Amino acid sequence: MLTEAQAWEVLQQVPDPELPAVSVCELGIVREVHAGPDGVKVVVTPTYSGCPATEMIEIAIREALRDAGASSVTVETRLSPAWTSDWVSSEGRAKLQAHGIAPPHSTVNARTQPLRFAPPAPSCPRCGARTTTRLSEFGSTACKALYRCERCREPFEYFKPI
Amino acid sequence: MYTAHLEYVLRLADSALILGQRLSEWTGHAPVLEEELALANIALDLIGQSRLLLTHAGRLEAKGRDEDQLAFLRADHQYRNLTLVELPNGDFGRTVLRNFLFSVFQRPLWEALLSSRDTELAAIAEKSLKETRYHLRHNGEWVVRLGDGTEESHARMQSALDYLWPYTMEFFTEDAVDDEVAAAALGVAWPDLQPAWEAAVQRVLTEATLAIPGRTAFRSRGKLGGHSEHLGHLLAEMQHLQRAHPGAQW
Repeated sequence: MLTEAQAWEVLQQVPDPELPAVSVCELGIVREVHAGPDGVKVVVTPTYSGCPATEMIEIAIREALRDAGASSVTVETRLSPAWTSDWVSSEGRAKLQAHGIAPPHSTVNARTQPLRFAPPAPSCPRCGARTTTRLSEFGSTACKALYRCERCREPFEYFKPI
Repeated sequence: MYTAHLEYVLRLADSALILGQRLSEWTGHAPVLEEELALANIALDLIGQSRLLLTHAGRLEAKGRDEDQLAFLRADHQYRNLTLVELPNGDFGRTVLRNFLFSVFQRPLWEALLSSRDTELAAIAEKSLKETRYHLRHNGEWVVRLGDGTEESHARMQSALDYLWPYTMEFFTEDAVDDEVAAAALGVAWPDLQPAWEAAVQRVLTEATLAIPGRTAFRSRGKLGGHSEHLGHLLAEMQHLQRAHPGAQW
């Protein structure tokens, strides 16, 4: 039987399938873990409605906990409160940055954002320059946008604030 | 006969699904790689929204139908999407203009649904609103860039607007479903969203130097199940696998 603390430790090691640098915990999608004699229940809040990784993540969570000795694992999806990039932990942000992905800005002002006005650009995760240009609002996955650094001229991905 | 509540959820679900399916037709054909990714991402968001909504609709219906059965085994007259979203994509300009007109509608709709008494619907709205903001900004920028662009891009955008505009009036046609759902505090009556929609649309179209067409008496009836000839063809492609091999799974 797994304790709650042990279950959390296992989940710390489960990587996001599309961002293997960060774990599902660091991404902030694991909301609650309940462990009891009947097994482990994990409450997950998905990132984007259409994120193809959502189902992979459920499978990965189930497998990791079973391998660690949980008798049964249930994964419950909770939509509200909706996931926000503000939930990405500080460890997660540091790992994204080290991985060449600019971590998300805070979303506090997103609600009042004008109809067509780009939010502040991220700094380059490689050279730290503040002069960067958005190439596309949408990147290789639902959660990232594509930018270019005007100093080192390298393209990079930005984890979108949402 | 569906209940008003179910009917309302299906209108939301089907509009998102059909536009998502239309946008996915761009995969492999977009003018540049960045827009290929953007269109596919927006399509994925919309299909994701429709999956949540169809699952919810299946529970409301209580006949044991899941999202797949509702998506793949209903005929065109059982679909409740707005006619606007089933129209062919046309060129890239018309595609982004339609996305814009629809996401300007989705935004106040999700905002209003945050306070729905249907807590599942409110949760879906909370999630979808974040995505819709991105769609709106992206497509709005393109509408301005192409409308206030070259002579050629401006002419194409104006002709796209003239083509799409009459179908937008369907958003705000009053009917009994809206009244019943609004009275029960389950959802907002769509005609109430018209002022917010018009103000936002006018601001962007003016900046795009496009002339807003006059109103006509034409009203499409997709949300009532009366569709254009285009939906059947779209469904034939989308549903082919499940129709040929019922219950097939990946």
